[in-house]
Amino acid sequence: MLSIIKKPSALIGALTLGLSLLSGTVQAANEQYFPLQSYRVGPYAAGGTGFFGGFIDYLQYVNLKEGGVNGVKFTWSECETEYVVEKGVECYERLKKGLNGAPAAATNPLSVGIAYATLDRSATDKLPLITINHGRTDSTDGSVFPYVFPLQLNPYSEVSAIINYIGDKSGGLDKLKGKKIVTLFHGSPYGKETNPILELLAKKYGFQVTLIEVPHPGNEQQSQWLNIRRIKPDWVILRGWGVMNPVALKTAQKTGFPADHIIGNIWSNSEEDAAPAGAAAKGFISITTHPSGTNFPVLQDIDKTVLKAGKGNLQDSKRFGTVYYNLGVVNGILNVEAVRVAQAKFGKRPLTGEEVRWGFENIKLDDARLKQLGAYGLVQPLKLSCSDHEGGGAVRFQQWDGKQWKVISDWVQADRKLLRPIIEESSHKYAKEKGITPRDCSKES
Amino acid sequence: MEFFLEVLTGGLLAGLMYSLVAIGFVLIYKASGVFNFAQGSMVLFSALTFVSLLERGVPFWVSFAVTLLTMIALAWAIERVVLRPLVNRPPITLFMATLGLSYIIEGVAQAMWGAQVHGLELGISDAPLEIGGMLLSQFDLFSAATAGILVLFLSLLFNKTRIGISLRAVADDQLAALAVGIKLQRIWMIVWAVAGFVGLVAGLLWGARLGVQFSLSLVVLKALPVLIIGGFTSIGGAIVGGLIIGASEKLAEVYLGPIIGGGIENWFPYVLALLFLLVRPAGIFGERAIERV
Repeated sequence: MLSIIKKPSALIGALTLGLSLLSGTVQAANEQYFPLQSYRVGPYAAGGTGFFGGFIDYLQYVNLKEGGVNGVKFTWSECETEYVVEKGVECYERLKKGLNGAPAAATNPLSVGIAYATLDRSATDKLPLITINHGRTDSTDGSVFPYVFPLQLNPYSEVSAIINYIGDKSGGLDKLKGKKIVTLFHGSPYGKETNPILELLAKKYGFQVTLIEVPHPGNEQQSQWLNIRRIKPDWVILRGWGVMNPVALKTAQKTGFPADHIIGNIWSNSEEDAAPAGAAAKGFISITTHPSGTNFPVLQDIDKTVLKAGKGNLQDSKRFGTVYYNLGVVNGILNVEAVRVAQAKFGKRPLTGEEVRWGFENIKLDDARLKQLGAYGLVQPLKLSCSDHEGGGAVRFQQWDGKQWKVISDWVQADRKLLRPIIEESSHKYAKEKGITPRDCSKES
Repeated sequence: MEFFLEVLTGGLLAGLMYSLVAIGFVLIYKASGVFNFAQGSMVLFSALTFVSLLERGVPFWVSFAVTLLTMIALAWAIERVVLRPLVNRPPITLFMATLGLSYIIEGVAQAMWGAQVHGLELGISDAPLEIGGMLLSQFDLFSAATAGILVLFLSLLFNKTRIGISLRAVADDQLAALAVGIKLQRIWMIVWAVAGFVGLVAGLLWGARLGVQFSLSLVVLKALPVLIIGGFTSIGGAIVGGLIIGASEKLAEVYLGPIIGGGIENWFPYVLALLFLLVRPAGIFGERAIERV
């Protein structure tokens, strides 16, 4: 060691190394980290590559365009989960502490299973768990679930908005009386989650609901659709996942049920759900919280700044502007906005998970702000709070024209007043089971 | 009654789709005694290769031929790299090797062609035909005809050609076949190539129905009870087993499902297969193992 220091060139080298390490530390200290439990291989890779591609491209865009948020750049690293819960938990544990000194802002696993498995850990580690458009419905109640955010749309809001749309198409909710609605659901906790709400809405509005299960993965549905043909419903709500969706559309065609009377839920609404069904999907309707397409200023800017610069994350650039990609971008917008809001309160520096949580709870996206972000029409107006971790609860309806989705409705709002007591009943039951004392949201600021 | 017949017919046609996958298992098991867990991955790999070529503008039949050549190359590689070094090892070792192979093929397929879901149109209409008040899918009828032709082709191959006689000799007794000069490795390669061809046909039909995506490899789950019921060594058995499974699972879902909660289609075939195992372990057409003790 001594002999090295005796040599001037080595001394300069050591100093340079030390300085570069120091500057590296400084750089890392001014970065905000997103741990990404992504899935790019396995049965759900199509969704994973699209979503995480959009999310990463948005973070990259903010870095390139604005130099991060108030000089704090974003950094991220991926850990492959293959959508497997155990791997998701392992990734969570590995990444939660941050990267090279940059603190973790939030986790975004895009998986109901992984979200459930890391829900308690998120509260313990004080790290927000973002379950955009999915997750536990009762986690909407932030007084019991301070670190969980089913942003934009929880499962109950989903079905409520669909029933409101059907009511609108029938000439009013009072005209639902006597109608027949079948829900074809994926045989999993996700698929079953909204069944009690459908039954409640059926009782309230007087329509007849029939719940038909499709066992996972759903690659054979002949008997279910023959049953549907026998019931002769006015509408079928498709609560599918993965391969179940195109098979449902193909089998509907085989049994003579019209695609334009099938309404897909939030996980039956992508190009990957409709396109493989070919002509059978033409006319299929689904809900969306974020239209597909590239006709939004933020997407055009991402194209110019990130994709055209060769820094895009998508392996196949043709997927730019698809449903999963745009969901990733929307997720990026909301995460970055939370950091921005939190920085306004806590200072222009990398933030802890607890501080970012405050940012999420204080997101206010009105039309003016959405226009500033270039996301007007892409993201619904959102106002989150301590007690409301969903914020929106509205959807738009889109229809598959054989090649792409076309938006066919304005925002349709879920009946959140009706749903809130049910959500609170469930969250308080959870709090009692876990010994959680709910926060007093009137004292939160 | 009309509804019952419609469910039954739909089930029988669906069952033939399961048989298409099951035949691939039977071929390899007959010739080598190996339960090839990788058959589902071969279905996925072939369909993904085919559709990816098609999407790159390669004409249909050229894509088919190139994919078939790829499957033959895969068969050659499997024989050289996996099977040959494991000759004379216990069946469980070979089974575990195919289990590993399954994951490798799936991984390679996604690495080569990506994780995207692809639509596949074979130009066969899926509009329903009304026959005697029942709606029958044209696509399912086409698939049933394809399964029938495939069985006929394989029967001719096995019974009327020199290769077929060698295959049967190997299936009967590998040591005796070796003793009369049959090259075991060559036979294995041929069998894996034919299984690859069957996988390609199954992959195209299932791919047109489900979309070409990772879930294609899961269709093997439907083939297992078919094999247990039909027998692991009979191509005819795979067809009969498929018909039994297809019909019974649909009837069970429609008539028993509402009573016991629905969604029984996945496990009901296994109940049936278990009952068959208790009564007839070799399946309806399977060869009973006779051992000198």
